[in-house]
Amino acid sequence: MIFGAKRRRGHQGFFALFEHLDSTVDACKALRAAGHKGFRAYAPLPEHELLEEGLALKHSPVRVFTLAGGLTGAATGFAFTSWTSMDWPLVTGGKPILSIPAYVVIAFECAILFGALSTVIGLFINAGLPNFRPMVAYHPECSNGSFGVYVTAPPARAARVREILSSHEPAELREDPEGFDV
Amino acid sequence: MAAADLARRGALPNPDVRKYEDVNKAVLSVLSRPGKGWWFLFSIAVAGVGVFLASWFYQIYKGIGVSGLNAPVGWGVYITTFVFWVGIAHSGTLISAILFLFRAPWRQAIYRASEAMTVFAVMTAGLFPLIHVGRVWHAYWLVPYPNSRFLWPNFRSPLVWDVFAITTYFTVSAVFFYLGTIPDLAAARDHARGLRKKFYQVISLGWRGTDREWHHFSKAYIYLAALATPLVLSVHSVVSWDFAMAIVPGWHTTIFAPYFVAGAIFSGVALVITLAVPMRKFFGLEDYLTVKHFEAMAKLCMLTSLIVLYAYLVEYFLAWYSGEPPERGSFWNRVFGHYWWANWIMLTCNGLVPLMLWFRRVRRSIAALFVISIFINIGMWFERFVIIVTSLSHEYEPWAWGLYRPSVVEMGILLGSFAWFGFWFLLFTRLLPPVAIAEMKEVVPPPRRGKGAS
Repeated sequence: MIFGAKRRRGHQGFFALFEHLDSTVDACKALRAAGHKGFRAYAPLPEHELLEEGLALKHSPVRVFTLAGGLTGAATGFAFTSWTSMDWPLVTGGKPILSIPAYVVIAFECAILFGALSTVIGLFINAGLPNFRPMVAYHPECSNGSFGVYVTAPPARAARVREILSSHEPAELREDPEGFDV
Repeated sequence: MAAADLARRGALPNPDVRKYEDVNKAVLSVLSRPGKGWWFLFSIAVAGVGVFLASWFYQIYKGIGVSGLNAPVGWGVYITTFVFWVGIAHSGTLISAILFLFRAPWRQAIYRASEAMTVFAVMTAGLFPLIHVGRVWHAYWLVPYPNSRFLWPNFRSPLVWDVFAITTYFTVSAVFFYLGTIPDLAAARDHARGLRKKFYQVISLGWRGTDREWHHFSKAYIYLAALATPLVLSVHSVVSWDFAMAIVPGWHTTIFAPYFVAGAIFSGVALVITLAVPMRKFFGLEDYLTVKHFEAMAKLCMLTSLIVLYAYLVEYFLAWYSGEPPERGSFWNRVFGHYWWANWIMLTCNGLVPLMLWFRRVRRSIAALFVISIFINIGMWFERFVIIVTSLSHEYEPWAWGLYRPSVVEMGILLGSFAWFGFWFLLFTRLLPPVAIAEMKEVVPPPRRGKGAS
């Protein structure tokens, strides 16, 4: 479903736009305390207070991708240079056929290259990028100077969510009759 | 807010920038309609690219004989300029990755421009091996693949290492640059209209600034910086081994790797200053590129200039101390031989002129820094010329000594390479936000309820 917005059936959507960082953090904390999990916060910068205090995000699995990529790259670099040297053993400059110190350079460069590319793949997989679905739950102010929170809730809990969000003085509170998966 | 956090934000006083919106407004306004000055510079760049291509096509048509390259000097202006541009590329990664890991807050305003500089400088440098090989239609021979009898290239050769180093460096620095731009492209998308909006919609990859995106993004950015840091140090070391691994007097020394890396950072930071001074003026970014930033860059130049000067002097000393007649002869020839003027330009521009940076008034004067940075750029080009050409022209056997004179075609390609670089840089200032919007916001106090934007 790359090109259509993913609906969350039977849910209602709320988008609250906040002007202040602390009210956003408080709203997120209140939502978490009320048992909401799958909501999204929007910010114009990687604000640690929001990510760590407000949403309690912990480790990112991207680091596993970096490590795996780097190790694969180093192994590939050594394997490639060693295999090609063994494939046609030809002594040049009186050096051993397997000149490990010379191959360290190539293994190192491959480690960096593979590590960097797999970090990007890890980021794309974990962050869900590229994301060309219609931007239904978004506000352009969130790349400028404001923060946002998007929550979906079944009708039974809609009133409680509305109450939590409006108690933190949002600059704008938008309600979608249908909730979206973001 | 924690006290340490306050100190970090306060590390960069920017009294005129109070709100996040100010950053978007100032930076995104640069992307609006270009002025006459921009079109003037852009047309010069396009004309220069024309000179570049015309010279190259002439060389391809006539053959490499139109350059001044011949025995014994087989590496001349092309390799000199290649090393020059690779060196320029280094400051971008230094400022974006190394200073990021060291948490130097002053990098935020300049790192986008210097990263762009890195990518374009590697793009420029990458053309020079193709120009230098002469028969460019055989340039794919540089790629490590087996020949028709399944013999693979010699991976003990520094020239093969160089292919790996430069390819990796270009890929990683381009990825690092693009990744860092994505949130700002989203800001540009939300600000733009019409065709430009479509363009930013596609290249921002649908970035929304959600917690999930930021969380993984900031982690991925740290890991990329951690990978780019050893990479930047390795690339110019590998370039230096192109020389140091050969038993040419004047090249065959262990000091080359650190000496080249320091020189690369020196020249790169100088070019950042050269580019940042006009950018700041034309685009009204005085609030973002402050004197404090320039002073920090000047200090970096000061440090690397001293390392480079030390390397020059140690080379002279060791040539004498080695007692080797060819080694002594090579360095005597550098200082007093046919190319004495190149050596003295190098010493003056890289060793003497930057000594003025010891004065605080000079470091804080943007005009003075601009002039000094141009001296450094000239001096660093001559440094590579001195290392490459004078060493090759004066090797072991006196009957094999010879002189080299760059031809008009080579000078056309040298000058054209600056135009090629400028062409991309000018396009960059109009298409991508030239100052990192999201990162600048990290030094602006966040808006808080009650206290307002305090």
